[in-house]
Amino acid sequence: MSLLTLRDLTVRRGDCPVVDHVSLTVTGGECIGLIGPNGAGKTTLLRAALGLLPASGESTLAALPAALRARAAAWMPQAREIAWPVTVERLIALGRIPHLPRGARLRPEDRATVDAAIARMGLESYRDRIATQLSGGEQGRVLIARALAQETPLLIADEPIAGLDPAHQIATMEVFAGLAREGRSVIVSLHDLGLAARHCTRLMMMERGRLVADGPPGEVLTPENVDRVFGVLAYYEQTAQGPVFQPMRVTR
Amino acid sequence: MRLALGLSLLVAALFVASLLSGQAPVGAKESLAALIAGDGTPLSVVMREIRLPRALLAAMIGAVLGLSGAAMQGYLRNPLAEPGLIGVSGASALGAVLAIQTGLSLMFPLALPLAALAMAVLAVLLILMLAGPRGASITLILAGIAISALAGALTSLALNLSPNPFAAADIVFWMMGSLADRSFTHVWLALPFMAIGAALLASLGRGLDALTLGEDAAQALGVNLPGLRLRLILGTAACVGAATAVAGAIGFVGLVVPHLLRPAVGARPSALLWASSLGGATMVLAADIAVRELLPARDLKLGVLMALVGAPLFLHLIYKTRKEMA
Repeated sequence: MSLLTLRDLTVRRGDCPVVDHVSLTVTGGECIGLIGPNGAGKTTLLRAALGLLPASGESTLAALPAALRARAAAWMPQAREIAWPVTVERLIALGRIPHLPRGARLRPEDRATVDAAIARMGLESYRDRIATQLSGGEQGRVLIARALAQETPLLIADEPIAGLDPAHQIATMEVFAGLAREGRSVIVSLHDLGLAARHCTRLMMMERGRLVADGPPGEVLTPENVDRVFGVLAYYEQTAQGPVFQPMRVTR
Repeated sequence: MRLALGLSLLVAALFVASLLSGQAPVGAKESLAALIAGDGTPLSVVMREIRLPRALLAAMIGAVLGLSGAAMQGYLRNPLAEPGLIGVSGASALGAVLAIQTGLSLMFPLALPLAALAMAVLAVLLILMLAGPRGASITLILAGIAISALAGALTSLALNLSPNPFAAADIVFWMMGSLADRSFTHVWLALPFMAIGAALLASLGRGLDALTLGEDAAQALGVNLPGLRLRLILGTAACVGAATAVAGAIGFVGLVVPHLLRPAVGARPSALLWASSLGGATMVLAADIAVRELLPARDLKLGVLMALVGAPLFLHLIYKTRKEMA
């Protein structure tokens, strides 16, 4: 079943296409890494796919009415915004908004979902802390939990692991891979190609607004692609402990 | 819940105290009996025609100013926002000043509030045009600043060109904001606007909660941002326009009350809406009692007292914020 289909999605800033005729389909059970250098159009693609930016072409998500879309896909923006000093638990419970009937308070099943999201991100001890007083990385994990609490078939996260320590980066990628094993799908933009190679089932590589490679990590992270798009030479081997991808030096 | 109960009791107590505050030296029991009996004695006329509308207006104005302050801060995600930001209070004041300046307010008494309301409506149309249907919050702020500045300049011009010193004095005193000598006519004039405005603002709670995560995330949570902004502008304009039309400019309520009550509701923007309306009613009722009790002979203006209390409170808040940031 398709969770998201894009057909010739194009976003222009003036005359310059920031996202250039991107077509793709996301089905259930995929953990997709969206990779590409700075300014390749990753964030713009994700926002346009969600209907947050005017775009030409087609996006099945953008075509949905807002209330339905909020139950079809959760979005974690790159800017980690927490405007008010609310508790971690309350912030995560904001993810339940699309599921609450008009005027209703949190129901027991909503609380259970919030608890599950807190447990999944290992945030039990933070539950009653004030979210604005946490460190940047901790806030990032709280906001991922918030998106998990939205309980959508598709989770779209823009650089969710930036600024997290190594253990939490791996743990978060494992959470995403776990969601995919449960049949849900995740699209995550990231710059750590090593983590992308190890945890994603599929990679989408962007260069100057275009989708230049789309497939299993082994097919996307070829030496030619990595050199042409990122301008680096990398060590990439299948080892006994899984794939290892390590950028080594700049080629230009 | 404890907070809601406490604030409600406080409002009720201050409402009764406001009914009992005034120049006529009569006991509390007698006054309230005269209010309920309504037997045409001078005391019952004073209670029914002077003190009751005054207390009602104080509660209503305080409630809508607190409510629109909380909504505005929630929408802009800025604790320094206040309802006057969108320029409606300035425009409304300009309407009233023009009514005084042209002498229209002497010809029939409702000319002043009606002119103020008309100007408020005009300001809203101008804001909606300037800020556009899809703009971000920053365009709303800029449009509000432009309209405030224009209204301020035109108000100064009206003062500058006032036909005689009495009109000028009238204008200056009116602009200080007061609830003295208001009648039920004022209550009935303001009530429909305030009721509609308050209903619009009260419907924003969930959207404002979602905005805690920023505009992008809120939209992805299903919040219709352009619709939310339209309801915010119309609701605030109806509330603030009506309040300014009947009482003049009363500042600081919408700024200070949400700020004071935010910790008490765990910083949730939706809970702050009702808390701030109760808190606003408390603050204006208390201040309106104070202007009558502190200097009974001198007609101390409500807006002046509010600024005198509000400014130091605000300084204290800044000091506290600075300490938290360090």
